[in-house]
Amino acid sequence: MTSFIGKRALASGISLIGLVILVFFLSRLTGDPTNLYLPLDASIEAREQFRDMNGFNDPLIVQFGRYVADLVRGDFGQSLQQARPAMEVVLQAFAWTLWLAVITMTCVTVAAIVIGSLAAFRVGGIFDRLATFFSLVGASAPDFWLAIVAIVIFAVNLQWLPTSGTGTPWHWVLPVAVLFIRPFGLILQVVRGSMISVLSSAYVKTARAKGVRTRPIIFVHGLRNAMLPVITVIGDQAAAILNGAVVIETIFGFPGIGKLMIDSILLRDFSVVLASIMVSALAIFIMNMLIDIAYAMLDPRIRY
Amino acid sequence: MTDTKIRATPKPRSPLAWAAMLWADKLAFFAALFLLLALLSALLGPWLLGDLATKQNLRGRNAPPFDVTRGWAYVLGADALGRPLLARIVVAAQNTLMVAAGAVLGSAIIGSALGLVAGYSRRRAAQWIMRLGDVIMSFPSLLLAVIVLYMLEPSVANIVLVLAITRIPVYLRTTRAEVLEIRERMFVQAARVMGASDRRIVFRHILPVALPTLVTIATLDFAFVMLAESSLSFLGIGIQPPEITWGLMVAQGRQYLTTAWWLSFWPGLAIILTTLSLNLLSNWLRIVLDPAQRWRLEMKGRKNGRPSAGSL
Amino acid sequence: MADHLLEVCNLSVEFHTAAGTVRAVQNVSWHLDRGETLAILGESGSGKSVSASAVMNLIDMPPGRITGGRILLNGRDMLAMTAEQRRRINGCTIAMIFQDPLAHLNPVYSVGWQIAEMVTTHGGTRDTAQARARDLLARVGIPDPEAAMRKYPHQFSGGQRQRLMIAMALACKPDILIADEPTTALDVTVQAQVLDLLQELQAETGMGLLLITHDLGVVAEIADRVVVMNGGQIVETGDAAEVYRDPKHPYTRKLIDAAPGKGAMPDERDRTGQPLLRAEGLTKTYGAFRALKGVDLTIMPGETVAVVGESGSGKSTLARAILRLDDPDGGRILYRGEDLMAMAPRRLFGLRRDLQMVFQDPTQSLNPRMTVFQLISEAWVIHSDILPRARWRDRVAELLVKVGLSPDMAARYPHQFSGGQRQRIAIARALAMEPKLIVCDEAVSALDVSIQAQVIALLDGLRREFGLSYLFIAHDLPVVRDFADRVIVMKAGEIVEEGPVRRMFESPRHPYTRALLSASLDPDPAVQAARRAARHLETA
Repeated sequence: MTSFIGKRALASGISLIGLVILVFFLSRLTGDPTNLYLPLDASIEAREQFRDMNGFNDPLIVQFGRYVADLVRGDFGQSLQQARPAMEVVLQAFAWTLWLAVITMTCVTVAAIVIGSLAAFRVGGIFDRLATFFSLVGASAPDFWLAIVAIVIFAVNLQWLPTSGTGTPWHWVLPVAVLFIRPFGLILQVVRGSMISVLSSAYVKTARAKGVRTRPIIFVHGLRNAMLPVITVIGDQAAAILNGAVVIETIFGFPGIGKLMIDSILLRDFSVVLASIMVSALAIFIMNMLIDIAYAMLDPRIRY
Repeated sequence: MTDTKIRATPKPRSPLAWAAMLWADKLAFFAALFLLLALLSALLGPWLLGDLATKQNLRGRNAPPFDVTRGWAYVLGADALGRPLLARIVVAAQNTLMVAAGAVLGSAIIGSALGLVAGYSRRRAAQWIMRLGDVIMSFPSLLLAVIVLYMLEPSVANIVLVLAITRIPVYLRTTRAEVLEIRERMFVQAARVMGASDRRIVFRHILPVALPTLVTIATLDFAFVMLAESSLSFLGIGIQPPEITWGLMVAQGRQYLTTAWWLSFWPGLAIILTTLSLNLLSNWLRIVLDPAQRWRLEMKGRKNGRPSAGSL
Repeated sequence: MADHLLEVCNLSVEFHTAAGTVRAVQNVSWHLDRGETLAILGESGSGKSVSASAVMNLIDMPPGRITGGRILLNGRDMLAMTAEQRRRINGCTIAMIFQDPLAHLNPVYSVGWQIAEMVTTHGGTRDTAQARARDLLARVGIPDPEAAMRKYPHQFSGGQRQRLMIAMALACKPDILIADEPTTALDVTVQAQVLDLLQELQAETGMGLLLITHDLGVVAEIADRVVVMNGGQIVETGDAAEVYRDPKHPYTRKLIDAAPGKGAMPDERDRTGQPLLRAEGLTKTYGAFRALKGVDLTIMPGETVAVVGESGSGKSTLARAILRLDDPDGGRILYRGEDLMAMAPRRLFGLRRDLQMVFQDPTQSLNPRMTVFQLISEAWVIHSDILPRARWRDRVAELLVKVGLSPDMAARYPHQFSGGQRQRIAIARALAMEPKLIVCDEAVSALDVSIQAQVIALLDGLRREFGLSYLFIAHDLPVVRDFADRVIVMKAGEIVEEGPVRRMFESPRHPYTRALLSASLDPDPAVQAARRAARHLETA
């Protein structure tokens, strides 16, 4: 197990290093941030001073060397925009996104598993058809459009919920609800498909011959086996949110890491971009480990 | 011969048999019909309605929908410059579908080719290909797209390129998994005993068996790529005006949300209906291509089948 | 009318399939009493399992439908009961075990849990269930029951898994045990042990045993009465010994005649001259597992050599090594004196046509997306020097006739054929290469007995016509008796005994060969009864 984690960490570490290098150079190629931060009428000297201060005048390779040297000392650089340590900015935003992901994925998982299992039990029944159709609709809907429609209906017309921002629990309702729909549709499809094949398996036939009641057949014999492919998809979807639910965070003015990344790229706040990438890469690595552990817990045949 | 065995009906090869099975699943039938309509729009739309879609009419700014006094093209309303929404949606179908088709085709061909190599060859190259797939998978794809498109200019070709690269691992993994399984099947062993070359085994024996799965996945992925392109356009880093896509139209309507909801609503609906149709069709394909499930569709076309015997 | 323990009256079941409605069983009636063993005998597609599935309420509806009949348990009609009443009967009064126990045990729960679940489902407390599970594991002969409770199905061997299934089925002391092909996937020696266990347990508990099988030998070993099914109908029923001695129905007679291991054995051949193929000291290891530990083998032109062994004996590895599908780690393979291992790829490619293979499962060995014509003519696409393209069509037709099929089948796909027909196509494909040696890897094991006999007759005829040699891999001795010239018995990667077929069957020298011979079941109940008596004498 330890050697397995070690191997995975090594692989992830290497691809993270590659990613950091790539993003470092690509993002510098997008242009000079000076004009974005100083007023239009700033003097040439002031501009030059800003560049000097932030080291933008040095060759790229020197800038990169300095960045790496700072990293080794645990310094992730300063945010140009907020004049605070970049990592502090990123962690603050990440906490918001983490909560968003946890709440959304918990709701999605519970709902998709229960509804998907029940749909699979009576394939072709009215419940199954409704669940299948609506999950397909959910999986097909663009989230930015759902967000807009939800805002028009619930915030503008009915005025039940706030349009954007944070503060009260009510601010969470729309983002979570909109984020919920796509993963729910996708995961429900997988649960249903996986459950159908498990319920037609030989060991479920044995359980029926044993006289096991219907509910334990679905939720004890069936579900644990059916969960294996489902877990992978749950992981993918959670990763997508952790990587930044950019669109949703932008529309709802939610101060998460997705919005932060986009803003930082547009404002060429390089240190923040790089710090965000590292944080979300670490988060996704941890989550993948959790998924693998869940796999091993569910299926005794899997040993790492 | 006195073998007692239930013989399955021959594989449906004729277009008529396919149509009958499509008709048996009404949802899939309408999905196919809608996709045909979208395809026609994409092919003929700009040619037929190109002028109408760009004709500004400042007196008809944000004209409400369901009003045909200005002509049928205005039935869904008009945008902020008084251009008819219906015509614009029809014209935008071309860019929207072209980007998705290009990205899916590109990633499917490259991904499956790499997957065939990774699955069939036992050499080191296979290892490297899988690592490459992992690296692409670990990239936050939207972020990457943003950086690349911000740096290069957001042209159709660049968007197709970025989307295609991010989707390669899907085909790579699926194809590899399929090949690993098919490679061990007896008929591949039989071909090896006959002395068949690797090329013959891959293209004559393995690929045709893996193809149905890949087609099903590509259908599903088409929907995914369309959504991704819409998101990029919505964020303003996708296709740039005056070119239009459905995602861009939703974005452009956003500022009139409170006064003219239809600007964003209709193009969004077009996206939903197209992706939904693709999903439905992909589900149907999965059943048709699975010999163990196909009876569900074949039964319905017949008289001796019970009409209520299961659906999807 | 006296009530039987279980009685099925005029049961008819149909299924909706792609090919239309199939009547799986029609007007089937049988009964089972306490303490007796009833066997339902039939080949694949005969509907032998359907009535048992109906008893257990395991038929999926749709696509299945019970169109008529009654199932009486102690005189009460089960088909009139509620689903809840049926559920209470399952496991408690009637229990069932299946073929392929690995698939039928839930892979993610421990064995102890699964056996205990049977008790808790039917009202037992957790503690009694645990204790009962432990006792049962000990009773069915699982070593170290305490540790076995916490293990998972994949950690046991095939025979042990079937014992686990039996332990689970007996957890609630059922009145009836239904066993659906309980020993089909097992090695012969393990099969004998499992059948013994079933008989012992039946004697202990007095339960009624319903056994579903395709194997006359199993019927002979264990059944009191037998029901013979064909095409969804019962063709004959009666006392097992009597039915064997004096079959009334032509189908039953055909089935008994087709049972292998009764024909005349060929005389010993002259084995001087250059061998067609010679293997020397073949070794092969997979990880820590040594599949072949130095195997020697000689095949003369026109000779049939059978390699017999149980699973894990290395017999299939040997076949694959000889064809270089998996290269052996050490040793030499000489084909007409030339070393195949040291041969240049180009030369080896030329030799491929001389060495062909027929696989166990014809469903899998034929590409489902190619027509019969494409399948057979592929040989000539790969080896373009065999036959000019203009003659392909005629030659395919010729080969199809040769293997007993009709030439107009060339345009069809494999799934439109039955198992036996598919194996004929696979043989035609091998013949298209005009080979000198055909390796048959369990080529008839997946086929029904009557089809098995036909395919062996076909192979035998081809041998005479073309002077072919065969390397015939099998797990069952009787199958090779009528067909092979020489028999090699393998165990754990080594040859334990080798000799001409008559000598091997009439005076086996190695104890393992003797064990294999005595474990393989004779279709004659009288012979089995005599063997059983002898065994009991030995142990007593």
